[in-house]
Amino acid sequence: MTDQTDYTPVAAQLPSRRAARDTILGLTRKDFGLLTVVIALTMLAPFLLNPFPSNSAMAQFNAGYPDLMQRFVIFGIFAIGFNILFGLTGYLSFGHAAFLGVGSYSCVWMFKLLGYNVLPGILLAIVVSGLFALLIGYISLRRSGIYFSILTLAFAQMSFALAYSVLSNPSFNLTNGETGLQVYTNDPQWLQGDGPRAPHIFGLAMRETETLSVGAWNFQFNAGYYLCAVVMIICFYLSVRLFRSPFGMMLRAVKSNQQRLNYTGVNARPYTLAAFVISGMYAGLAGGLLSAMDPLAGAERMQWTASGEVVLMTILGGAGTLIGPVLGAGFIKYFENIFSKINESTLHAWFAFLPDGLEDALVAIVYPFVGKGWHLTLGLLFMLVVIFLPGGLVQGGNKMATIFRRDRKGGGVEDDAAAQRQAGE
Amino acid sequence: MEAFLLQILNGLDKGSAYALIALGLTLIFGTLGVVNFAHGALFMLGAFVAVTMSRLLQLSHKASEPSGTDFLGNPRYEDVLYVQDIFGAELGQTLVDWAVPVSILVAIPVMLLIGFVMERGLIKHFYKRPHADQILVTFGLAIVIQEVIKYFYGANPIPTPAPDAFRGSFDFGVLLGFDPNTIIYPYWRLVYFFFAAIIIAAVFAFLQFTTFGMVVRAGMADRETVGLLGIDIDRRFTIMFGIAAAVAGLAGVMYTPINPPNYHMGMDFLVLSFVVVVVGGMGSLPGAVLAGFLLGILESFASTTWATTAVPGINQIIIYLVAIAVLLTRPRGLMGRRGVMEE
Repeated sequence: MTDQTDYTPVAAQLPSRRAARDTILGLTRKDFGLLTVVIALTMLAPFLLNPFPSNSAMAQFNAGYPDLMQRFVIFGIFAIGFNILFGLTGYLSFGHAAFLGVGSYSCVWMFKLLGYNVLPGILLAIVVSGLFALLIGYISLRRSGIYFSILTLAFAQMSFALAYSVLSNPSFNLTNGETGLQVYTNDPQWLQGDGPRAPHIFGLAMRETETLSVGAWNFQFNAGYYLCAVVMIICFYLSVRLFRSPFGMMLRAVKSNQQRLNYTGVNARPYTLAAFVISGMYAGLAGGLLSAMDPLAGAERMQWTASGEVVLMTILGGAGTLIGPVLGAGFIKYFENIFSKINESTLHAWFAFLPDGLEDALVAIVYPFVGKGWHLTLGLLFMLVVIFLPGGLVQGGNKMATIFRRDRKGGGVEDDAAAQRQAGE
Repeated sequence: MEAFLLQILNGLDKGSAYALIALGLTLIFGTLGVVNFAHGALFMLGAFVAVTMSRLLQLSHKASEPSGTDFLGNPRYEDVLYVQDIFGAELGQTLVDWAVPVSILVAIPVMLLIGFVMERGLIKHFYKRPHADQILVTFGLAIVIQEVIKYFYGANPIPTPAPDAFRGSFDFGVLLGFDPNTIIYPYWRLVYFFFAAIIIAAVFAFLQFTTFGMVVRAGMADRETVGLLGIDIDRRFTIMFGIAAAVAGLAGVMYTPINPPNYHMGMDFLVLSFVVVVVGGMGSLPGAVLAGFLLGILESFASTTWATTAVPGINQIIIYLVAIAVLLTRPRGLMGRRGVMEE
């Protein structure tokens, strides 16, 4: 991280920001275009993710069911938040799942105490995880590099142990241990009144789903999904603004050369701490939404493998880019839910057109990589991305685009960020 | 006093495992400057070398028994182990019984080879990349190794017993003049501790008393100068990576009777071993060993009933608490060297 030579990307962004006077919602034209694309994609997701008729053999690749779509956008929020810390400042936190877990628990506690309206729960999730991030960040950010990673990892593992066993003793049961925190009928729920007995927002239940049937296609429109989608769009907009703000520039400066920043008399700690708290709040928000969709919070959400997952998402999509983390989150969740369902008989059905011996051989080769073995594919893919494409899928996409474009100038909105990550290291 | 001793003894076996893994991590970090998140996977691979060995030794074929036929008139068969064919019945049986110690002989070359391949094939390309990238790529590698093992061996723990002679426990208290049955300690854990002590001593002796070790130490202190003296330091560091892998593998081999290996045991140990390395001081070999044993013993003290009643669950968080306290008060760790990993 103490790279002496490369500071051009940071400096190069300054004029481009100043030059763009004509802004929409405080965004440059390019950024606004990106935002429009994200809005269109999330709003039309029920159509886009259901390309196959529901009775066809390919129907298992449809991802347009509420549960999975909710996960796409919720983990998108989580990854956007993580990217604010890692993508901008270069501090690699291996304990971000702790904030997700804290957010989940706070939201369920609001259900238990106040009632099933999701709004107080989500707000509390953001506040509590923000405070928690302030505490952990204040301590962890005293160190950098590998020490920071280990410290956050240690804190997250500690929070996991606390949630899993320590804070679930009978006298002081905050987390309900292995069972997971959930709402019971004898909980107070002071403001519940006679609203729906499931998470809702002002009467509109989260599980409310409208199904639109067009021929053989069934498109599902879920209230919970659209709530999450709107929240994610707001989060995305905020992160774009943050990326383009002077504050975002300071964070990038921390990443490209913290030493030089210190020598110029700038104290980097408040900036990194602010980034840490913001990304912790994003994680808490994601956790709160997870609980709002399904009012059950378990400690396994805080385990360090969960922290590793968000790292995977961000790197895979493209750390430091705007859209990358969202893509990465969608990619991994799709893999986890769809790819893992492919079993041996499905494979046999696919390769049925081949001669028998060849079919068996092909199935034997492919099988370890799909179904239960999807983690293997994920691990390999992740390694390939880290080795060859430090800018993630976004950088890959840009490279492809440059190859096919005539002028070969590049110039996509994400180019600079992806290129910066590669050049900066 | 007895209880005190017992807790120290209980901490030793876990502490030995921490110390061995942390030693390897520190060797890699000190020589190559690489943060190896796949080191836990190497520990796990070692354990699975033992599993494979014990399975291989138990391969058998059917042989007709001379005693004749069963009540339906079919010839009787009995299972005969291949090892018994080769080495004779008695020695073959002993080999099967001693599968875990025997696998040490196999594990050393296998793990050295894995270490070389890993370093030459992957890690080599990451020297110039930031630590974050090294963490990420080795993290990915760890996932891949885990999943490959899971594919071949399944997800369940595989019990691999210690040799008959070392099963059961041993009344340690009598030896030290306490009442009988106060300090009972399983034989194998004692073996594990001595084994770890020997390996650690061997690594230190190798670095301290051989010319090769001297060059490596010089390279750890100032790689560039050693290179300028015309010594191929890269090749030596590759060998050190192999040795670190072998140390982790051996720790895994000998750990199988204590804890049946499963595919994610490496990750479980890795997180704690990293904490151990950081507490001991990045780049300090004695620090890693010291911190390994200290934290192992501390963990076992925190698991006693009086500790868990005083602070419920303290045994689960004690290591992390200590790590945080150490990092904040002594940022370099207990015995960290100046100038290692300081930006």
